[in-house]
Amino acid sequence: MNEIISPFTIFFAAAFTSNILLTNYLGMCSFLSVSKEIETSAGLGIAVTFVLAITTALNWVVYHLILVPFQLEYLRFIVFIIVIAAFVQLIEMVIERYSEGLYFALGIFLPLITVNCAILGVSLFMVIRDYTFLQSFFFGIGSGLGWFIAIMAMAGIRRKLKTAKVPLGLEGPGIALIIAGFMAMAFMGFSGMLPIS
Amino acid sequence: MFITLGISVLIITLISMVLALLMVIADATVGNYGEVHIDINGKKNLTVRGGQPLLKALNNEGVFIPSACGGRGSCGLCKVGVIEGGGNYLPTELPWISEEEKKNNIRLSCQFKVKNDVKIEIPEELFSVRQFETKVESIVELTHDIKQVTLKLIDPPTIDCTAGQFIQFQVPEYELTDEAVYRAYSMASIPSDNTHVELEIRLVPNGICTTYVHQHLKEGDDVTINGPYGDFFLRDTERPMICIAGGSGMAPLKSILLDMSEKKSTRKARYFFGARSKRDLFLLDEMREIEKAMPSFTFTPALSEPLEEDKWDGEVGLITDVVRRLTEDASEAEAYLCGSPGMIDACIKVLRELGMPDEHIYYDKFA
Repeated sequence: MNEIISPFTIFFAAAFTSNILLTNYLGMCSFLSVSKEIETSAGLGIAVTFVLAITTALNWVVYHLILVPFQLEYLRFIVFIIVIAAFVQLIEMVIERYSEGLYFALGIFLPLITVNCAILGVSLFMVIRDYTFLQSFFFGIGSGLGWFIAIMAMAGIRRKLKTAKVPLGLEGPGIALIIAGFMAMAFMGFSGMLPIS
Repeated sequence: MFITLGISVLIITLISMVLALLMVIADATVGNYGEVHIDINGKKNLTVRGGQPLLKALNNEGVFIPSACGGRGSCGLCKVGVIEGGGNYLPTELPWISEEEKKNNIRLSCQFKVKNDVKIEIPEELFSVRQFETKVESIVELTHDIKQVTLKLIDPPTIDCTAGQFIQFQVPEYELTDEAVYRAYSMASIPSDNTHVELEIRLVPNGICTTYVHQHLKEGDDVTINGPYGDFFLRDTERPMICIAGGSGMAPLKSILLDMSEKKSTRKARYFFGARSKRDLFLLDEMREIEKAMPSFTFTPALSEPLEEDKWDGEVGLITDVVRRLTEDASEAEAYLCGSPGMIDACIKVLRELGMPDEHIYYDKFA
């Protein structure tokens, strides 16, 4: 069954119909804290997309070439976390050294991403849904793009929100969570168009 | 059973080892910026390991830049001028840097990483800033909400400071804060006693440091401070002095006055101290002592709302009104103010009306 779903279908599904943030509510912490400015949101969104694409593929390799042959699937949580953390750290060091422009755009967000649950979530979904390597890679990019779209939309709304009158107790994260809820409901309209799970 | 367990341990160890090895290699190659030189004010040259934040590099070498958040880029205090080798601003610095500061190459030293030789500029006084390990020698209640805390310096054992300067008090992690924070307090002690630091700390409801001092700190506790900082000290002129303080603003002025009295100063000085009622007044005896030792000095406490039972026969009214009433001409005088921003702004207004030029008004505002 899985062999039939083309990687491109998975890509679009991950970005829109099964948006990692709005249907699974993963990666909320940085979503809420960084979505105040459009520029920083874009930076973080791109960084998440980049890291997701690479770590999902990396974790697929680790899982299928190391964990499965030794029947150590139950170790995937800890192994995935280690791989993600080490990879993000390495990338940060490389970027900082060789590309100042890229470091300014992405570098400062990388430490935030290590603890972004969307990254681990995507790696775990890839296992649960038994994706192939190519499917996993596109699932990673798609999920990242979906996260990017969601945070950009949120940042846009929050920019308008600055001039809006928000009830006292709901200012900041409170109203942001409610808005995220509405956005999730809106995205539910896509569900069923491209089922991937 | 044991074999599978052994294999799983082995595998996870292997994976971690490979990744750790990768990190070590990266750290030694990509992350290795070699040794870099920091030139401070063209006077001091430090050689440090490259790649670390400037604030940390300076701290390790014993140069302390005031910072309230401990290097997380959330207080914006640790600004340093980077004249050469600065490069571009990081997005994490920008919220704290004004256009004016950009022109002067002011950087946030906790975010700015030293990757090549740099030339920096810091206020001269920061050279003498040190971190001190101290022990609480005594805690005395001065009023219902002000405590006098005397710290005995342990390491280093002495402090070199000027009367009127302040230190930063490190509050350790406790119920109100989940990380160490720093708060600034003026020293009330006389600089000639360089083995002690005395602080006057007023309880602010829910204040992180003041609550800690008032409810948790005990005699014999260890306290870490760093300092001295600040340019609120006696200017070397012969102008008559008008000192005005309220509440724990007493501290730096007490230090300045004790210092003057010890040095047998003959400079004319009048100290107005404002309080609400008698229970907010403190150190009256010490002030009378100074008056005796230094005939040119007058202490004038004033109560704004004296109570019936206070039986107060001294000055009554807001401190600004008392100053206005008792000062005829301030054009030749110099003013030293210490207290809340509201009080200081009100005092500056009155002093201006009395003819004092702005450049003769020195103050220490508590934020």
